[in-house]
Amino acid sequence: MDAVAYFVGKYNYWGCIFLFFLGMYAMISKTNLVKKIIGLFIFQTSIILFFISASFKHDATLPILMEESKGAIDPVMYLNPLPHVLMLTAIVVAVATLGVALTLTVKVYRIYGTLEEDEINRVIQSH
Amino acid sequence: MITLDIIVFTLIIFCAIGALTVKDLMAAAIVTSAYSFLICLLLAVMGAVDVAFTEATVGAGVSTVFFVATVFQTTRRTKD
Repeated sequence: MDAVAYFVGKYNYWGCIFLFFLGMYAMISKTNLVKKIIGLFIFQTSIILFFISASFKHDATLPILMEESKGAIDPVMYLNPLPHVLMLTAIVVAVATLGVALTLTVKVYRIYGTLEEDEINRVIQSH
Repeated sequence: MITLDIIVFTLIIFCAIGALTVKDLMAAAIVTSAYSFLICLLLAVMGAVDVAFTEATVGAGVSTVFFVATVFQTTRRTKD
């Protein structure tokens, strides 16, 4: 019973690990290039969720200065804002890499006429 | 004890598996958009509102436009 409570209490870490390996599996074993990029997206969002859930604590509010606390701030009452700021940068980098990857996918389709990786390899080796 | 974030996390995992197993690339793009919106909801539940609305605009908005534009430029068919 104690082990079950431990497992359920850390569910966000188990979910992030599952999404991490799901994205890695898609990037390795899917042959379609757009499916590979969806795997990359899942991979990046699992990392973001991991860091945000590491900064979460119960009975704490948003890291905003309230009107009731007149200058006196108790840091125990607030969530840690440092992972939030770092993950804000990570989201912007994620969409930049996504745009570059999809642009290269369109370029590959215009040259080879297919999105499947094995067919692209066959066309390359037959030349 | 079942709370809101356990339900949202279960939906996120189902959306991720669905986006990788569906046979149509346009449907995969839409399911990826739903996955990103659920991620945004979970971030808002966890108290990171700034990350949540950046994820809503950039993750659920711009990346869906990128995926749909790529599918329109290439093909909808996929083998896996």
